[in-house]
Parts: sequence; structure tokens; C-alpha cells
Amino acid sequence: MSRLAEFIFRRRGRNGWHWTDIVTWLWLVGGLFIMFGPAVWLVGSSFKSPAALAEFPPTIMPYVTQKATVEGYDKPLDLYEVTRPDGSKAVLAEVRRIGIVAQMVAPEKPTDIVKVNIAERTPVRTMSFATTNYTEPFTHFDFVRYLWNSVFVTVTATLITLIVNSMAAFALSKYEFRGRTFAMLLILATLMVPLSVIMVPLYSIVSALGLFNNLWGVILPTVATPTGVFILRQYMLTIPDELIDAARMDKASEWQIYWRIILPLTAPALAVLAIFSVVWRWNDFLWPLIVLSRKELYTLQVGLSIYSGELNVQWHFILAMTVVTMIPVVLVFIFLQRFITTGIAGTGLK
Amino acid sequence: MKANVPRRSGSGLGEAAMVPVRLVMGAVDAPLRWVQRRLGIGGMATFFLLPNMLIFGIFVLLPFFINFAYSMTGGTALFLPDRTFVGTEQYARLFDCVNYADPNSCTEDTFWTAVGNTAWFVLLQVSLMILFSLVTALILNRDLMARSFWRAVFFFPVLLSPVVVGLIWKWILQRQGLLNFGLYSLGLEPHTWLNDRNWSFAATVGVSIWAHMGFYTLILLAGLQAIPKDLYEAAEMDGTRPARAFWRITLPLLMPNLLVVVVLVLIRAVQIFDEVYVLTGGGPGTSTLYLTQYIYETGFATQLRNPGLAAAASILMGVVLVILTLVQLGLGRKGENKGARK
Repeated sequence: MSRLAEFIFRRRGRNGWHWTDIVTWLWLVGGLFIMFGPAVWLVGSSFKSPAALAEFPPTIMPYVTQKATVEGYDKPLDLYEVTRPDGSKAVLAEVRRIGIVAQMVAPEKPTDIVKVNIAERTPVRTMSFATTNYTEPFTHFDFVRYLWNSVFVTVTATLITLIVNSMAAFALSKYEFRGRTFAMLLILATLMVPLSVIMVPLYSIVSALGLFNNLWGVILPTVATPTGVFILRQYMLTIPDELIDAARMDKASEWQIYWRIILPLTAPALAVLAIFSVVWRWNDFLWPLIVLSRKELYTLQVGLSIYSGELNVQWHFILAMTVVTMIPVVLVFIFLQRFITTGIAGTGLK
Repeated sequence: MKANVPRRSGSGLGEAAMVPVRLVMGAVDAPLRWVQRRLGIGGMATFFLLPNMLIFGIFVLLPFFINFAYSMTGGTALFLPDRTFVGTEQYARLFDCVNYADPNSCTEDTFWTAVGNTAWFVLLQVSLMILFSLVTALILNRDLMARSFWRAVFFFPVLLSPVVVGLIWKWILQRQGLLNFGLYSLGLEPHTWLNDRNWSFAATVGVSIWAHMGFYTLILLAGLQAIPKDLYEAAEMDGTRPARAFWRITLPLLMPNLLVVVVLVLIRAVQIFDEVYVLTGGGPGTSTLYLTQYIYETGFATQLRNPGLAAAASILMGVVLVILTLVQLGLGRKGENKGARK
């Protein structure tokens, strides 16, 4: 144990403890609980049955009270461990409860009803994962449809973003033409026009194009990202022009230069943009909320928020669906975190 | 980032997936050669730029300009030609107040409530966000074991969707949630947090900090790591106390990053919507109603929707954002110059 502690608390540099070391460890450990705790709690709760969710105080892991079928009773009865007045313990099943007195029977002798004070018994509980929270939304709700809509929007929007942005970045980095600076400034200026500022007229334009209640109405307004053009252009500027000149000499068309030379060389920047785009589009909320009003078109985010706003919130389903919604982003986080953090640190973009 | 020499190796699966892409890209080559003959090489630049600019024009620039027209019209009609011109009436309505400090004295009382809420939110959230992300960045910049792990811990919520963030915390803050359980086990009274005006406001501030802190921590950490270590060694040799080194070395050299972060946080805080909408829905009452939600509800959600009024409010918000962005660009330029001089 002391070896382990020594390993954990071993520090480089100075010997001895400074107050800043203590603050550091408190901050880090506190951060671990505050940052991960809520997500862990969510996952734990998502496996609880509705009865276990309503319990207070709650448990971290999902438990259910064990039940037993007793002869003479239609429904399975809850099992309790009862402390008898003489100190011995027995497992009894509850028939009914009146005030603080419970009428209980031993499962072996269903005819003898024993009256027990409810303070003298504790439920017999076992850990149990309510996987139906996960499986039922797939059959009872339009969950599969929401999932499909989200996947469709995310994949399509990302593909179009990559193609359209890389073409624009190619033009802006490898060609001399009048208005190039103007085009670049125009693109950067749109960074100042967030959705919340233009949502009313954008809605009317999308409606006029017949894209209201259409997944393309969610996709198209988001694909020409100024950040994407910016990242890709900066990267393409580092590709030597000689490659292009040589290709032209070999009678390559401009289109061939774009997709056979420039695109493969831009792969790392394209990967970063693809990761960002997937996360952006998967998480989009306000715009899909405005454009999609038909249930069968909802994305996961919209569907979740609508369900959770209903009067009788079915938390056991909501929590499970929230976990499913989290999964792609968590996967991105686990496998591609390095790209994202260097991307952000390098460009200051999100 | 620098471009690498292309590698000619690839996994079999990746290669197989590339086949249709190659076919499509190759098939469009012949017609595009024809286009190139007509336009010339320079004209191809326009061709490459066109799709992006078209989408930009239709979905960003056009709405931006007709937003002004919208704010000058009244009625509930959606399309601009069907709307009646009212001049500056919508703005007059927004600004029609007896006393600007008291939203109840205004015709559009919810707008001023939203403005007031947003102002308080921005003030609190921005200062706390900067404080927490700066402290976290300073701590992560120390000689730590497993630094990338700890960095990931603080960064993790950044990628979660606002809806997921809202639901996670709604679940924790509800009557039988984790927070009340914690209070209960400490022998304290549970509380219905999201039904309390002040607590739900505090919750929106806290949750938005929780969700976005890691992002700003990363930017600040990058700034801290760019500070040359020999400065600190020199300071240590001169017997400078750590606190003094912080104020005299760390803070001034971090200033460009810090200013960028301040403006980024400000711009985001003014537009806060998603998490709050899921967490509190603007309630209880109007205690967490912020500007974007006001615009959304005025423009789309209420029975008596008024797109003109929403457009006018969004333009006012846009003005604030443009000012903040220009400040950011100015500061960014200053920071670049500083870096160049070093």
C-alpha cells in the first residue's frame, strides 16, 4: 500500500510538500469526481428499473427487491428479511401493508400470516440491470428513426463539408484571382454571424426552398463552415506549388490536381475537420429544433429534449437513450482525443 | 501542421471504400476538362469556390441582409413579400420602457427580463469560467504524473451534446437526485433546486461552466506551455518568489491567450441557449430566460409569434456580438505582433 502511495504521490523536482501540491491534488481529484461523476451516475441510473429510480436515498448500482411466487397469491411477492423479537432472522414475503404493520407469510407456509412492524424488516435485494430500458425504446418509440436521422444528418453534412470546404480552400490557397482577399474576408466575416442572429430569416429561406420538415434543411445551412475553409486553407498553403506545376506539365486537369494531389496531401487537416464536423452535427440542437416539427424527422437531440419535456417523464427510458446518444461522442473522445486537443490548441477553434 | 509526403500504403478495407470515390471523381473529370477549356485555368478557381460561396450566400449572407428587412416589418406572415412595412416600430416597441432597470415598466417586459438575465449570466459565468479554467490550466501545467489523463478528465464534457449535458444535470438536480442524496447523507435538508429561481439561475451558470471549461483550459494550457522555461529558471536563480513569478512572468506572457479566451467566453455566453433550454426551459417563471430563447420563442414558439420583433431583437444581439468579435480580432492582431517581436 505504502509503495502504491509513494508511486502516486511521487513528484519530480523539489523534495517535500508545498501547499500548492496539496491544492493541486485536491483540485485534480475533485475535478475527477465533478467531471466524470455525473456521467457515471447517468450510466448507473440508466440501468435501474422505474421503481429503483423513484427510491430515495438512491443507490449507485441498480438494485431490485427480490420477489417470490407464493402459493395462493397471483402476483409475485416482495421478499424481506425480518428480525424476530427473539433476535433470529427469517426471509418472509409481504402480502399487504397497513400503516406501519406489514402482513407477511413465510414462502414455505403460505397460510400463516405474521404481522411485522415495518421498522423490523429490510428488503432482500440483488443487483439487477434493467436492460429493458435500452431494448424497449427500440421497439416502442421512434428511437431507431431518431438514431437514423442523426446518423444521416451527421454523415451527409460531414461529407459535403469536406468536399465543399476543401474545394474552396484549394481555390483560395493555390490560385491568383481578383477578389481572392475579398472572398477570404467574406468567409471569415461570417464567423460573426451565428445562428442565433439569423434564425428568423434563415427559417423563411429554408421554408421558401421547400426544406422545412426536411433533413436537408438541417444539413445545408451548416455545411459551408468558415472554420473548415480556414483550417484547410492554412494547411494547403504549406503544400509546395511545384507539385501542381509538375502535374500541369503532365497534362493533368485542374480537377485531377485537386483530388489526386491536393486532397491526399491534406488528409491530416481533413481528418481534424471531419472529427470536428461529426461532433458539431451530432450535437446540433437549436436549428433542428426549428426546422423539424414532424416526429418522424426528429434527430436524437430533438427527440430526447421533447421526451424529457413531457409531463410524465419516463426517466428510465430517457436516461438509457441519453447514454446511447453519448456513445459516439465518447468513442470519438477515447480514440481521437489527441487530434481534437491539438486541433483546438493549434487553431483556437471549436 | 505541415504536409507530409504521401504514403502509398493503405489498409485493404480503406482501399475498397475508396473505389467508388475514385470512380465518381474520375467520371467527373472528362466534363470538367471541357469546363476547364472554356474557362481557362484561372476560371477553374471560380468553379472550385462556387459551391461553398453559393451555400454561404444562400444560408448566411442572404439571411443576414434580409434580417434588417424583417426587423422593419410587422404581422405574423412568414415570407417577406407578405409582410407589411412598419419602419422602426419593432425597435421602438423593444425600447419602450418607463424605467430600463425595471422590466415590468416596459411594453416588451420579457425582452428586458431576458436582457437582464443574460447580463447577469454573462457577468457571473465569464468571470467564474476564466477563474476555473485558468486555475486548471496552471495546475495541469505543473510537473504532473499522467498529465494527458488529467487533461482528458477536464476536457471530457466539452464533446457532450448540450442536450445530454442538460439531461445529466436535470437528473442530478431533481428532487430525488444525487445532490439531494449528498445533502441528505450529510444530514441537511433536500431542496428542489430547479424550482427555485435563484438556484436554477446558479445551476445554469454552473452547468455551462462544467460543460465548456475544458475547452478554454486547453487554450490556456497551450499558452502556458509556450512560455520559455528558462525565464522561470532565471527567476528562481534571482531568488524570485513563485507568486511574484506568476504575476511578473506567467500572467503577462499568457495575456494574449487570456484575452482571446475572455472574448470567446463572452461571445458564447451572450448566445447561451441549448443546455439551459433542456435543463430549466427558461424557468421557473422567467428566471433563466436568456436572449436566444427569447428570440426563438418570439419568432417561432409562441402562439402570437412575431418574426419582426424577433428579428429586431436578434439584430441588437448581433451588434453586441460584432463588437465583441472585432475586439477579439484586434486583440488577436496585438497578440500576433507580440509573438513576432519575441
